Amino acid sequence: MIPEIGHFALVLALVVMIVQAVIPQIGAATGRQGWMKVADMAAMTQVLLVGIAFAALMTAYIQSDFSVLNVAENSHTAKPLLYKITGVWANHEGSLLLWIFILAIYGAAVAVFGDNLPPTLKARVLAVQATVGVGFLLFILATSNPFIRLDPAPLQGNGLNPLLQDPGLAFHPPFLYLGYVGLSIAFSFSIAALIEGRVDPAWARWVRPWTLTAWIFLTIGIGIGSYWAYYELGWGGWWFWDPVENASFMPWLAATALLHSAIVVEKRDALKNWTILLAILAFSLSLLGTFIVRSGVLNSVHAFASDPTRGFFILLFLASVVGGALFLYALRAPGMKLGGVFAPISREGALVLNNLLLVAAAATVLIGTLYPLFLDALTGEKVSVGPPFYNATFVPLIAPLLATLSVGPMLPWKRGDLAGALSRLKAVFAIAFLGAVLTLWLAADVTPLSILGIVLGLWLVFGALAEFADRIKLFAIPLEKSVNRARGLPKSAWGMTLAHVGVGVMVLGITISDTWQDEVLTSARPGDTLQVAGYDLEFQKIGTVPGPNYQALQATFRVTRDGELVTMLYPSVRTFTNPPMQTTEAAIRPTLLGDIYLALGEPDGDGAYAFRLYYKPFVIWIWLGGLFMAIGGLVSLADRRHRIGAPVRRRARPAPGAAE
Amino acid sequence: MSPKARRMRFVLIALAALFVASGLILYALDDNLVYFYSPTDVQEKHIAPDTRIRIGGLVEEGSVVRKGNDVSFRVTDLSNSIPVRFTGALPDLFREGQGVVTEGKLTADGVFIASEVLAKHDEKYMPPEVADALKRSGQWQGKEAGGS
Repeated sequence: MIPEIGHFALVLALVVMIVQAVIPQIGAATGRQGWMKVADMAAMTQVLLVGIAFAALMTAYIQSDFSVLNVAENSHTAKPLLYKITGVWANHEGSLLLWIFILAIYGAAVAVFGDNLPPTLKARVLAVQATVGVGFLLFILATSNPFIRLDPAPLQGNGLNPLLQDPGLAFHPPFLYLGYVGLSIAFSFSIAALIEGRVDPAWARWVRPWTLTAWIFLTIGIGIGSYWAYYELGWGGWWFWDPVENASFMPWLAATALLHSAIVVEKRDALKNWTILLAILAFSLSLLGTFIVRSGVLNSVHAFASDPTRGFFILLFLASVVGGALFLYALRAPGMKLGGVFAPISREGALVLNNLLLVAAAATVLIGTLYPLFLDALTGEKVSVGPPFYNATFVPLIAPLLATLSVGPMLPWKRGDLAGALSRLKAVFAIAFLGAVLTLWLAADVTPLSILGIVLGLWLVFGALAEFADRIKLFAIPLEKSVNRARGLPKSAWGMTLAHVGVGVMVLGITISDTWQDEVLTSARPGDTLQVAGYDLEFQKIGTVPGPNYQALQATFRVTRDGELVTMLYPSVRTFTNPPMQTTEAAIRPTLLGDIYLALGEPDGDGAYAFRLYYKPFVIWIWLGGLFMAIGGLVSLADRRHRIGAPVRRRARPAPGAAE
Repeated sequence: MSPKARRMRFVLIALAALFVASGLILYALDDNLVYFYSPTDVQEKHIAPDTRIRIGGLVEEGSVVRKGNDVSFRVTDLSNSIPVRFTGALPDLFREGQGVVTEGKLTADGVFIASEVLAKHDEKYMPPEVADALKRSGQWQGKEAGGS
C-alpha cells in the first residue's frame, strides 16, 4: 500500500508541477496577480507531495519490502539500518527521486523567503523551476519508477554494493545533489531575468546567496567523495580525474566563476549578460553531470544501470534545457542595458580574468571527459584520457588564476594601481621565494611543478592574510583598534579571506604530499617490522573478525617511534556475501603533519601478506583547505546583507565600492 | 572608453583565453591519449614497444603467479593472450576469470609491463571495453547486461 501512495503522490506532484510551470508564467506576462500567486501554493504543495513519495520509498527500504523491485535490487535484510536508509539514494531511481525532492525544497524556499522579490520575477522564477521539475518527474515516472512492484516478491534482496556501504559515501550524494540542484535556482533566476528583460544589483543580491549555498554543498560533497576515495579504495590516491569526478568538478568550477561574477553585478552593475550566461552554463554542467553519471555511458562505482531509453531521454532533456536557455539568451541578451565601466586593471578586471580562466579550465575538463565518448561513437576506437592530459591543460590554466588570486582583492573597484598592489605584497613575495629555496634544498628530486606548487600555495595563504591585515590596518594603528576594525568588517570579507586561505592550504597539501611521499610496497608475516618515515610498524597478528554483514580479515600493527608507542593500526579486508565482494579498509593515522597509511593486500599463500604502506606528509591539508573554503562560504552566507535578502528594487545604483 | 570598445576588449581577452585553452588541449591530446586494445589487437596490429596503451580482457585461469608484490598473469580475450607483469597492489576485485584493464607498455619481447591494473567493478559487471573485446573475438557468452 505504502509504495502505491508514493507512486500516486509522485503523479500528483507532476500535475502540480505542470500547473506551476504554466499558470504563473501567463500571470506574470498578463499582469494577473491571482495567477502569479498560484506559484507559491504550488511550490509548497509540491514539496509535500514529493516528500511523501520520498518517505514512502524510504519506508519500503527500512521495512525491507522486497515486493518493490527497487528495494529487492538494492537492499538486504542484513544491512545495518543506516545503510538501508542511505540505500534509498544509492541507486538510479532513488537518486533521481532525491534530485527532484531537493529541487522541490529549493523551490519552496524561494516561495517562502522570496517575499521581498518583485512579484513578477518571483512568479517567473518558480515557473522556470517547475519546468525543469516537469522534465525530471516525467523521466522518473516514464523510465525510472522506483515504486514498481515485483510479483512474486523474493525473500531476500540483492544487497548494496559494499563499496557504497560507508558513512562517507552515504552522505556524498545528498551533498552533491544539494549543490547540483541548488544551481537550478541561479538558472531559474537567469531565465526569469531574460524573460523580464532586465538585470539589476537587487537581482544579483538574490542570486548570490543561492549560488553560494549550492557552491558550499558542492565543495563539501566533492571533498567527502575525494576523502572516501582516499581511505576506501586502498591505494591512497584522492583524485583520479575519473569522468565521474569530473562530472562534479565542472559545475563546481562554473559555480565558482558565477559566485565571483555575481559580485560584480551586485557591486558595480556590470558583467550582467556574462553572469546570466554563466548561470546557464553552471546548471547545464550539473545536468550533464547527472547525465554522465546516470546514463551508464561511463562505467564506475557510480554507474548503476545502463538503459538506452534513459540515456536518450536525458540527452533530449539536456538538449532542450540547454538549447532552450541559450536560444532565449541569444534572443534577449543583446537588449540588456550595459552597466558600470571599468579599467582592465581593477577589481572588476581581476574578476573577469578569474572568470575566463575558470571557464577555460572547466572547458578542458569537459573535453577530456567527453573526448573518449565522441571518439568511440565516431571511430569505435577506445581511448582513455588520464592525469597527464589534465596536468598539461588544467594546471597551466589554474596556475595563473592562483597567481592573480592574491592580487585581485588588493585592487580597488573601477580603476586600480597594479604597482601599488604588488608593493603591498612584497613580504608575501619574499615568503614564497623563501619557500622555493627551501624546497630546492629539502627535496631530493624536485620537479618544477613541486616548486610552483609551494610558491603558489604560500603566495595564496599569505596573500589572503596580507589583504586581511591591510584591511584592518594591522601594525599601522594600535592593535586593539585593528581588532575593532576586524570585528566591524562585513562577514563576506571574513568569508573571502577564509576561502582564499583554504585554496592555498589545499595547494600546499597537494604539493607537499605528492613531493615528499614515502611509499613501501612489501610483504610481511606476523613478527616482521615495517619502516616508514622514522616509524616502526610491528606486525603482531592477523585474524578474522566478524562484522554485521561481512567477515573481516584484520591485521594488528603496533606503531612506535624511537621505541615509544604512537598508535595501533588495524588494516583489514572485508568479505561481503551479498553481493560477494571484497573491500579494503586501510588503516590511517592522520595528523596535521602527515598520515601513516597502511593497507592490507593479498596473502601469498605462504603465511605472508602484501602490504601497501605510505607516509603522506600534509595530505590532510587537502581536505582542510576544502573545509576552509566551505566555512568561508558559510561565513559569507551569514552576512547581514544576505540574511535580510534583497532590499526593495531600487532604480538608483547602490553606492559603489562600499565595504567590499 | 566607450562601452563598445570595452566590450570588444572583453571579447578579445575571451578569445585569447579560448585560443590558449584549445592549444593546450590539442597539444595534450596528441601526447596523452591512451588507446585501448584487446589481446587480439595487440597480436595483429604490431603496436610499437614503449607506447603507453591499455590492454583489457579476462585474467586467464591459472595464470596468476605472485611473488611478494610482484605479480604476473595473462590477459586473454579467449582467442589470444598477453603476458603481463606488474609490481604493486592489485585492486580488491582482481581475480582469475574476471575482467581486467591494465595500463602500461609492451616490451620488445612481447611482455606487457603494467603500471596500473584496474578492476574496480562489481562481480556482476564487466568493463564495457572488455565486454566489447570479448564480443569481437567471438567469445562473448554473457548476457547483454554487461556494461553498467
